Amino acid sequence: MADLVNLTIDGRPIQAAPGTLVIEAARTHGIEVPAFCYVPGFSLQAACRMCLVEVEKMPKLQTACTLAVGEGMVVRTDSPVIKQARKSMLELLLTNHPLDCPVCDKGGECELQDMVFAYGAGESRFTEVKHHVDEKQFSPVVFFDAPRCILCYRCVRACNEGMGVGALGVVYRGVVSEIAPSHGDHLECDECGQCIDICPVGALTSESYRYKARPWEMNHTGTICTHCSNGCKTTLGVRNDHILRGNNRDQSGINGDFLCIKGRYAFDFTHHPERLQSPLLKVNGEFQPVSWSRALLAVAKKFGEVKAAGGKFGVVGSNHTSNEENYWLQKFAREVLNTNSIDHHRTGDLPTFFDALSGRTDALATVADLYNTKAALVIGADLSQQQPLLAYQLRANWRHHQAAIYTVTEGPVRERKYARQMRIAQPAQQMDAVESLRTELASHGELVILFGDTIKGDAIRRLVAFGDSLGVPVKYVCLVDYSNSRGAADMGLLPDLAAGYHAAASTPGLTLPEMLGATDLDVLWVVGANPLAGGASFAASNAFVVVQEMFMTETAKRADVIFPAASAYEKDGTVTNVTGEVQQLRRALKTMGTKPDLEIFGSIAKEMGIRDFIPANPEAVFDQIRANVRGYNVPLPILRTGGAALTMPVNGRVPVASRPDLVQSNRDTLFTSGSLGRYSDKLNNVMERDRVRLYDSGVTAP
Amino acid sequence: MLFNEPSPLEVKVLSRRFELPNSASIDTFLANDGYKAFMKAVAMTPDDIINEVKASNLRGRGGAGFPTGMKWSFVPRNADKPKYIVVNADESEPGTCKDRVLMENDPHQLLEGILIAALAVGAKAGYIYIRGEYRYLIEIMDKAIAEAYSKGWLGKNINGTGIDFDCYTHSGAGAYECGEESALLESLEGKRGIPRIRPPFPAVSGAWQSPTVLNNVETYCAVPSIILNGGKWFADLGTPKNGGTRMFCLSGHVNKPGVYELPMGFNLLRMINEVGGGVWHGRKLKAVVPGGSSCPVLRADECDVAMDYDSVAKIGSMLGSGGVMVMDETTDIVRVALRTMKFYQHESCGWCIPCREGTTWLKKLLQRFDDGHGQSSDVNLIGEVAKNMLGRTFCPLGDAAAMPTIAFVEKFRHEFEAKLAVAPGSFEDSSRLIQVV
Amino acid sequence: MTFSPELEQRIQKLMTSYPPGRVRSALIPMLLYCQDELGHISEELMAECAQRLGLSRLQVDEVIGYYSMLHKKPWGKYHVQVCTNVSCLLRGAEDLMEHAKQTLGVGHKEMTEDGIFSLEEVECMGACSWAPAVQINYDFHHNVTPEMLDQLLSGIRQSRQKVQ
Repeated sequence: MADLVNLTIDGRPIQAAPGTLVIEAARTHGIEVPAFCYVPGFSLQAACRMCLVEVEKMPKLQTACTLAVGEGMVVRTDSPVIKQARKSMLELLLTNHPLDCPVCDKGGECELQDMVFAYGAGESRFTEVKHHVDEKQFSPVVFFDAPRCILCYRCVRACNEGMGVGALGVVYRGVVSEIAPSHGDHLECDECGQCIDICPVGALTSESYRYKARPWEMNHTGTICTHCSNGCKTTLGVRNDHILRGNNRDQSGINGDFLCIKGRYAFDFTHHPERLQSPLLKVNGEFQPVSWSRALLAVAKKFGEVKAAGGKFGVVGSNHTSNEENYWLQKFAREVLNTNSIDHHRTGDLPTFFDALSGRTDALATVADLYNTKAALVIGADLSQQQPLLAYQLRANWRHHQAAIYTVTEGPVRERKYARQMRIAQPAQQMDAVESLRTELASHGELVILFGDTIKGDAIRRLVAFGDSLGVPVKYVCLVDYSNSRGAADMGLLPDLAAGYHAAASTPGLTLPEMLGATDLDVLWVVGANPLAGGASFAASNAFVVVQEMFMTETAKRADVIFPAASAYEKDGTVTNVTGEVQQLRRALKTMGTKPDLEIFGSIAKEMGIRDFIPANPEAVFDQIRANVRGYNVPLPILRTGGAALTMPVNGRVPVASRPDLVQSNRDTLFTSGSLGRYSDKLNNVMERDRVRLYDSGVTAP
Repeated sequence: MLFNEPSPLEVKVLSRRFELPNSASIDTFLANDGYKAFMKAVAMTPDDIINEVKASNLRGRGGAGFPTGMKWSFVPRNADKPKYIVVNADESEPGTCKDRVLMENDPHQLLEGILIAALAVGAKAGYIYIRGEYRYLIEIMDKAIAEAYSKGWLGKNINGTGIDFDCYTHSGAGAYECGEESALLESLEGKRGIPRIRPPFPAVSGAWQSPTVLNNVETYCAVPSIILNGGKWFADLGTPKNGGTRMFCLSGHVNKPGVYELPMGFNLLRMINEVGGGVWHGRKLKAVVPGGSSCPVLRADECDVAMDYDSVAKIGSMLGSGGVMVMDETTDIVRVALRTMKFYQHESCGWCIPCREGTTWLKKLLQRFDDGHGQSSDVNLIGEVAKNMLGRTFCPLGDAAAMPTIAFVEKFRHEFEAKLAVAPGSFEDSSRLIQVV
Repeated sequence: MTFSPELEQRIQKLMTSYPPGRVRSALIPMLLYCQDELGHISEELMAECAQRLGLSRLQVDEVIGYYSMLHKKPWGKYHVQVCTNVSCLLRGAEDLMEHAKQTLGVGHKEMTEDGIFSLEEVECMGACSWAPAVQINYDFHHNVTPEMLDQLLSGIRQSRQKVQ
């Protein structure tokens, strides 16, 4: 490392690496230098002039956000001149600001308010007429109130640099300069709301939250988004058991400052009018709301009878329920119901992947690795649509470290803006295309390979062999679809593999298609899944069907008993994301009439009189997981304080045959989310929903 | 075509061909020393060329007055990237109309200056950024460029020297801010004219992130004469550290407004009285803005000054771009201050807070004053708001708006007070609002 | 979009005037020349320029809004621009502007009903030593008096009638 530079800030001797900006050097040492436009990681603007500092031997005040530290530099941030400069800057800034704080969403957590409070004047000398522009709706989720805007250009950069979308710009000039959306009167973009999150004032507001509440009226709970597999932390603002907003205000999760439309807005399913809030029992072909005890009695009775008679159970688990629930479900199925017929919708070929790695514990890339790796290869996925956080990380890596990105996909993807090579190849040809990149891929000293569901079965073995042959350290991400897709496989929602990819005791059970096709099933128990979506049929017409669900899905309609289930936002537990990082779910609200699946399981066990299977709480189940599933023995303090811990659940071969035929991604876009997405009005109302296709990325010049 | 009768007091260096028939044609140019300086420069080393320009004490004619030779010496000798010559012909400083005359009457002199700059730094292409309103000048320059190509003074292997150089015109589209060098480069790249953060300076990273020499039209036009006659000859025409002649644009209340080429250090009063034929209608002189509207106004009693960068700076103003705006005793200074601020408010790019909001506030304040609704506290407020912009904006436009405003209030406070809504009673101490340096 | 052969040629020349990969540089002159031919910048023209230069619509829109000569609304066939900046102000530009308003019956940035004239009070146009100055489209007129302006405007009206 190069020698440190010595400088003085406010009389304090400070050392900093060459090239460090004065604002960073100051902040690192606890000296606050205010700024609106400066955001670490984005391009420099020097526009807000709040960070002006005095530097000896420089005649003019300097912006600390553009000035690099210099040997012997003497900086003052607290002189009367600087105090006056900040005060006057805020006075100027407020001249055209509407000062409508009492009705502004941002009131109470507004950087402009804070700045004026800390550095501003108590009164204004401005007595002229203010420039006014009416509020505009940019999109179904984004509103813009120009008079509040201070033109710090954070939103423009978040969209252009952070997201690679470039849907916000600046039109006109001078005092009428205005942030404008991509299509004149409206916005066409990812609808991620990053612009709203990064706005220091109330200029950009979200449709879901605007004029709904004051920030201090809400309880905030940091939990994990329940949609895609990326595992972003979302902080839910809840008032009276209603979620009013989602954001990641403390930037603490693996997603840092990132959230997409799903994590930010698609929580609205929790209060969808069709949400089930009472157990339902089918009587004479009609559902009747019944008490929990009556529904539980019906199920426990049936389970007991079928179990006693040695009848056939089929169990379908979920990609969205917690690890604790999945673990408990497969254990209950195997040990109480005596069946291995348990499965889930597989969106990535995880068993083959872990078998191919044979327990190499250093071969799994984390979300953080994607930001740091020197090179990455994306195969068979439209990352910015399907895996938005992973795409964001690669983009940031390219921006900050010029990482070499390669893509092999069915059609153009957004990554082509900065990819070194973009190969278009149909799924069957994708491994050949990868081989053709061998020399380049091996030239960066390390590589992360992300692959979608086009690489499964033997193709995974071929891919790992290819990675092994490159002669550089290679890490992998096997892409899966949903918030706990990885956890579902890890916990053993598989007919041939129990938790931790151990061979199931006794003969393997039926796979999901086999269960649906079997005519002799006595009981089908579906927890948080919708296998009958899209018109799939269930052959066992006499089977007793128990469904734990939030909505009256196609599968729920076939049920004999429906238990109204709590969503991921209404329960505690853990989930494991696409990169195998396990994180904590925290209950943010309770929806009347619903129960977490784990609680429903316990109630069934209790009703059946099986004492050993009444879980005390999710923590107790996680203790069992830690004891029994390899790799999940993660440090609890990390988990409980909102951290993420990498899990490598296999140490050795996985003792089953590949079943690539059972692996199929749902190929959701940013605006769809399987069955769950159907119940989010936010996702359904954005105009992009029906327009956006995978591999259809229109890209313009920088 | 000339716009005004020349004055016998002029020292014609850059304008020496103006009165020749067909002065803009390459034939006239070639018959009158045209491209001789370039051929002489071909035989010189780049260092020799730069040293000659340094010796001439030529300072940037756009307004800032930075020594040209030094600017050229900042261009890295060995750069991987191509280097560019860019001409700032975005002449927009109110009071300034000299580049127009130079390009209209002698376009080849500019091309020759560009070629010599290219030799000095090793550039292979040049771009003349001409403000959009000067469409006819783009046509004149395009014609001159075409002539130069056809006669072998542009293109490959120029006149057998083995030197290649291509030159293009580029139209602006109405933005004063694009006269600021880094904003001009942004505009040249097809973007909004927002200035860039510096460093890096254009000499290191300019047009398309390549090393770039960027000068005003008049600066380039002075170069051929410097090479031909020597830097010392040019320097001696002016005053110490202020070499050569200057195209002064005399406007406002004089009998003979016009563009006159006068030696650096020419006395301002003489310029008004002897070159400009005196203040019109026999009136008395009230004030002069000496270098375009960005420069603080001079009271009549301050006008006995040598017009060079250092002398004008010494009395608290600037030589600027050579736009000398003369105001007689009937001039309404508040109205002039308002019109000046209206301009800067209109042209502020809006990038930074103090310029965007400050110019707007000041315009509204001055408008209210001019409308007769001013209050006594407003007089100080005008100065204070301007002071709060000064030195704190992203680019010099904020200073350009603040400095003249401060000077107007400070030097003509009584005129502001006379416009108050209520007849002035006891005013605050009218001490100097700010020391203009 | 199809342009006249002259304009098309001009655009082609522009697009090859800049270093390789820097074709975006052609944007501002391209918009201005197209506007000259088409009268204003339509959505269609924006899309065309964006497409030719590999830009998004927004990137073009940002530029149009910044430059005062570029406009999305139609102006008159003859755009009368009266400079009222200081040098012109000192020599009667305000009266001249007022006179233009009266004569044309329109205000700043307005167009006559027949679409022949539009009027704009503009910033310094670089004619300070020959003030007050007026630009009609790209033609400069110097030392303009109200009477001269009347002659100019009626001259334009008459020549148009002759053409008809």
